[in-house]
Amino acid sequence: MSAWFIRHLQTLIGSLGRLSTHWLGTTFTMLVIGIALALPACLHLLVTNLQSASSSWDDAITLSVYLKQEIAPDEARRISERVRQRRDVAQVTLITADEGLKEFRRHSGFGEAIDALTSNPLPHALVIKPAAEYLNAAHLETLATDLRQVVGVDVVQLDTAWVNRLNAILDAIRRSVVVTASLLALGVMVIVGNTIRLDIQNRRQEIEVTKLVGGSNAFVRRPFLYSGVWYGIGGGIIAWVITQLIVAALTGPVVRIAGYYDSAFRLSGLGLEASGILLATGVVLGWLGSFIAASRHLREIEPS
Amino acid sequence: MIRFEHVFKRYPNGRDALSDLTLQIESGEMVFLTGHSGAGKSSLLKLIALIERPTRGQVIVNGQNVNGVSRSRVPAFRRQIGVVFQDHKLLHDRTIFDNVALPLIIAGIGSRELGKRVRAALDQVGLLGREQGFPLELSTGEQQRVGIARAVVSKPQILIADEPTGNLDPDLSIEVMHIFRRFNEVGTTVLVASHDLHLLQHFNLRRVRLEGGRIAGNVSAESAELLDPARLIDSATSGAP
Repeated sequence: MSAWFIRHLQTLIGSLGRLSTHWLGTTFTMLVIGIALALPACLHLLVTNLQSASSSWDDAITLSVYLKQEIAPDEARRISERVRQRRDVAQVTLITADEGLKEFRRHSGFGEAIDALTSNPLPHALVIKPAAEYLNAAHLETLATDLRQVVGVDVVQLDTAWVNRLNAILDAIRRSVVVTASLLALGVMVIVGNTIRLDIQNRRQEIEVTKLVGGSNAFVRRPFLYSGVWYGIGGGIIAWVITQLIVAALTGPVVRIAGYYDSAFRLSGLGLEASGILLATGVVLGWLGSFIAASRHLREIEPS
Repeated sequence: MIRFEHVFKRYPNGRDALSDLTLQIESGEMVFLTGHSGAGKSSLLKLIALIERPTRGQVIVNGQNVNGVSRSRVPAFRRQIGVVFQDHKLLHDRTIFDNVALPLIIAGIGSRELGKRVRAALDQVGLLGREQGFPLELSTGEQQRVGIARAVVSKPQILIADEPTGNLDPDLSIEVMHIFRRFNEVGTTVLVASHDLHLLQHFNLRRVRLEGGRIAGNVSAESAELLDPARLIDSATSGAP
């Protein structure tokens, strides 16, 4: 076992040494693989970040309930109390007509026009925050329907359409990540395979001699497989660096955007697990690409 | 040890290299294979090392019929045969040590045992101490000796050589042949193809002469010296200097 292990280790190191002798070509190959892997990694980050951003927006889902004009402030308070009793309601904020008008005057810039009004045109309003465990589209609809039946309620507004739209967009992006990743994975295998094919052609004599002295196809193939693994590792590391650079470049602007939306949202980069998967993907694709190329082309080389 | 029974070899281009060749080489024997180029010497050796397969007939090497050796078993089959080539087929980007060690690495021999056996093989060909050099730093004769060391390092029972002295001057050629002789003396079956009859005169060994893919002469060791005229005819037809 130890001799076997040492041989493999020697082949592993040996193939790295061989790659480093043509370091320029090796670097280019790794760079191409890195870029090909970085693209789906970035798309993946886009999806996970949008997802976490949209889930923090789930907090922002509220129902606006406008009471009928003729309802008195006391009556409005009673209604708000009754709604608060519901299990699926976390919080109810009453905005009376007077408060509403004050706020409107402050924010709208129609101060003078409002002053010209003889009476307050605004109704009392309730802002309802649903309980977290009832935050799904179906239940929100039920809640809205129930609220519409309450005596004194005029209009119930529930805006979940944008959440649905965002989720649909996320689904589309997620699917395109899978498609792009598959295509680029195929591309990586072709790149590695072609590089290995050229390497095999250059080392034809060595392969012939090895087969002449009794080397099996598996033995001859081994160094090429390790080369493929090294290409994958190099490509994976480059992809990781590219992705983290992109995240670093976007962090500032995203924080600014989040600031405009009063959000503490931060762009997250590749975690430990995602980094591991990226590297492992590189290794597996490199190995697979070289395995296919080596199995195909080594069989053709026989001593004569 | 090596037996050919009515062996035919026809190449895809239609050339008949061997026709109805029957030959037996005993275990521990050393045999010269002579005849001019194109007579079928290389083809015969290639059939033994399973570089080519017979078109018809049986080739039995060390008790194994080559027709029964599947493609995947060819590497294991070749490991029991040491092969020396006219152009040595050394790997120029590897040290002499690594060149000689190649068959042992393939066989999965551990590092310590490997080092011992590589040095022993280099010692037998008189190149001990040159392990860390590269083949191109050596003379042609020395390169050929590295090729021999590689062929014998895994102690094969059969050693075959195709024109091993083809690129060497007469003195070096005799030296290389003596190396083969020494391996034969310790029990290895040796088959050397050579067209250099003057060189072979120095050795009282069995000679098999091929012509047009058939055996044209089979001179046993004891009678080799007695059949001087046969040898003269040999050299006349081969056109050797």
